[in-house]
Amino acid sequence: MSTLEAFGTSTRAVHDGERRHQTSDAITTPIHQTATYWFKNSEELRAYQEGRLDRDEYGRYGNPTVRAVERKLASMEHADEALLFASGMCATTTTFLALLPRGSHLILTRDGYRRTRQFCDEFLSKMDVSVSVIDPANIEAFEAAITDDTSIFFTELPTNPYLRVLDLPAAARIARKRGIKVIVDSTFATPALHRALDDGADLVVHSATKYLGGHNDLLAGAAVGGRKLIESVRNALGILGGIIAPNDAYLLLRGMKTLDLRMERHNQNALSVARFLEGHDKIRRVFYPGLASHPDYEVAGRLLRGFGGVVTFEVEGDYEATVRFVDRCRIPYIAPSLGGVESLIEMPVLMSYWDQTPEARRRFGITDSLVRFSCGIEDTVDLINDLEQALRAV
Amino acid sequence: MKRATEWVQYQQLNDPYAPSATPLYQTATFRLNDKGDDSDYDYTRSGNPTRRVVEDQLARVEGGSSAFAFSSGMAAITAACALVSAGEEILACVDLYGGTYRLLSQVATRHGIRVRYVDTSDPDALARAFDPAPKLVLVETPTNPFQSVTDLFRLSELARAAGSLVAVDNSMMSPYLQRPLSCGADLVIHSATKFLNGHSDVTAGVIVTNDTELAERIGFYQNATGTALAPFEGWLLERGMKTLPLRLDKQQSNAGLLARYLRSHPVVERVHYVGLPEHPGRDVHERQAHGAGAVIAFETGALERSLELIGALELFAVTVSFGGVRSTASLPARMSHASIPDDVRLRRHFPEDLVRLSVGIEHIDDLRDDLGRALDRAAATTETLT
Repeated sequence: MSTLEAFGTSTRAVHDGERRHQTSDAITTPIHQTATYWFKNSEELRAYQEGRLDRDEYGRYGNPTVRAVERKLASMEHADEALLFASGMCATTTTFLALLPRGSHLILTRDGYRRTRQFCDEFLSKMDVSVSVIDPANIEAFEAAITDDTSIFFTELPTNPYLRVLDLPAAARIARKRGIKVIVDSTFATPALHRALDDGADLVVHSATKYLGGHNDLLAGAAVGGRKLIESVRNALGILGGIIAPNDAYLLLRGMKTLDLRMERHNQNALSVARFLEGHDKIRRVFYPGLASHPDYEVAGRLLRGFGGVVTFEVEGDYEATVRFVDRCRIPYIAPSLGGVESLIEMPVLMSYWDQTPEARRRFGITDSLVRFSCGIEDTVDLINDLEQALRAV
Repeated sequence: MKRATEWVQYQQLNDPYAPSATPLYQTATFRLNDKGDDSDYDYTRSGNPTRRVVEDQLARVEGGSSAFAFSSGMAAITAACALVSAGEEILACVDLYGGTYRLLSQVATRHGIRVRYVDTSDPDALARAFDPAPKLVLVETPTNPFQSVTDLFRLSELARAAGSLVAVDNSMMSPYLQRPLSCGADLVIHSATKFLNGHSDVTAGVIVTNDTELAERIGFYQNATGTALAPFEGWLLERGMKTLPLRLDKQQSNAGLLARYLRSHPVVERVHYVGLPEHPGRDVHERQAHGAGAVIAFETGALERSLELIGALELFAVTVSFGGVRSTASLPARMSHASIPDDVRLRRHFPEDLVRLSVGIEHIDDLRDDLGRALDRAAATTETLT
């Protein structure tokens, strides 16, 4: 580069070849592994500060690779904007911190990821935010919980682990009348199965670690919605700092390209597994919204394009029998999380709820024989054969 | 275990932290014990645990015992050609990727290797090809871009009788659709840049074999020349391969529909796709492969028309390479096969107007609409031409 000719080798080693303003026509999105962005001169910086120039300044406030993923996700969710985070919990907590006024009231569901409730109990209470926990997918309970201070209703759709499906359009109508924002955690559905914003949600959050990333190899979160709400959350993120790293954003982008194909196989595997388990005498009960036995079968059929890859069930036996079954499975890994190409299996009692008292577990429906199975993209027949041989241990 | 399962479930590294994803050993060297021996790895050029995971998986899906990952498909082909010494001969099929032709005609010959080109899709020409016996036979089937099909069982039989080695470039099919080792080939080569990785973001090559002696020689050559795949590229390749069955099922189903659509369009003079019933190599192909893949070539009759057509495409990116999730279009005579001299292309009746499509995983309706619009534009050019 001509401007660097006067400099020595070490300076060139740092600078040369990297100062370019034109991106190439590479078919993939470049990974901008950079912490900061440079200005050509002070006037450019000033133009940026005065809002005359839209560009990047510092990695915590934005990154071109991250923005590419955000644009893709917003487009898939039919939204104005999307925002990425370092993890799903970071997406939820940053969103709550940004949008909940002091002294306001939040409504949550009993079934749902435990750490979300824990954050509300332990941290939001310090901000004088009160929390009501209601039965999932229950419109009457939602309406009854509303107070004059209610500002947000947060629900997973479907919920974890019982896969309850709220009648979102109905809940959103009530919420709109009362000026309440509805935030839907769409981790289990993804935009491939459900666009919650089209059904009346104000904001969607994701643990993008799960199906969006899809390969069990990155952690990420997302919030998606209208420009104004996302801008508020984006400002909070710039201060709180839970940003996704550029390389993880690229891997997420890459994973999202096959989301539709993966979800189709996940749906197909889970429905077959759920049907198989429901007909098996060593299984007490199966929870899957694609089965007529599920309380939200009708709503799920109306709202979702497919029922997702997670099947929850109770083994006909005690804790020991369930452990024997899980340990005898050959295909799924025993691991937390879900949504990857590899099948995962876990007993919620041993995983998320191990530190809880039996009473607390009972309150959330976590029994000793409960199993959550996240179907991967393996062959359906292989998965069913594996479950069948493992159930002989019960 | 069914095919869809074996692409996801396989031996992981024995890592003390039990991660769900393969650890990325981004290291150049490995600490040795005091005596400097008794270690699986010493230097990444010679071996790397991350690369080993993807190599073992490649060997498994190809039905081989050893696999070697290279920094590009051409590096893999170069390593296969290195099994041939000065004075010996390579026999290659006529329709070859431009880069392979360039390697054989301008590099291998300079090393004193003789190269002979034969239309191996012609059974009579194939039968005559082993007198004299070459050291190595290198074929693509179906070929890129004309999709001529070589009978791999017959080729391997003739080669075995003559004492020749058979190497098959399987990039167009991937091991999901075709396993040349099971047809009797000695070596399978891939540009893993294509379907294996599938996301257009890694350049990589592969050789797989069942023969321990060949494996030893390839491993030696790879280490000696330093062309092994970088750890991070190996990591991305392994990740990409997990969705190969899903990607290829979708890409192939899209391609079959587009090939039929193209055939019915008045602007299109000829479609080259082994999945079409009238394709001359279809019967042979069906005996040795599970599907027709996702690359289609077709002719419009005039270069101007083809240029107009690919210029009008919106979803199909105009670019070289194939096999990625995104649909792409190219003019092979000007792009992937431009390294074949004009007179050679002319002699081989390589049409300038040939368009090659690599069909991605987009929705078929969107692809057909895009192609339809572009074909209509090309039809308008036709009117101006006549």
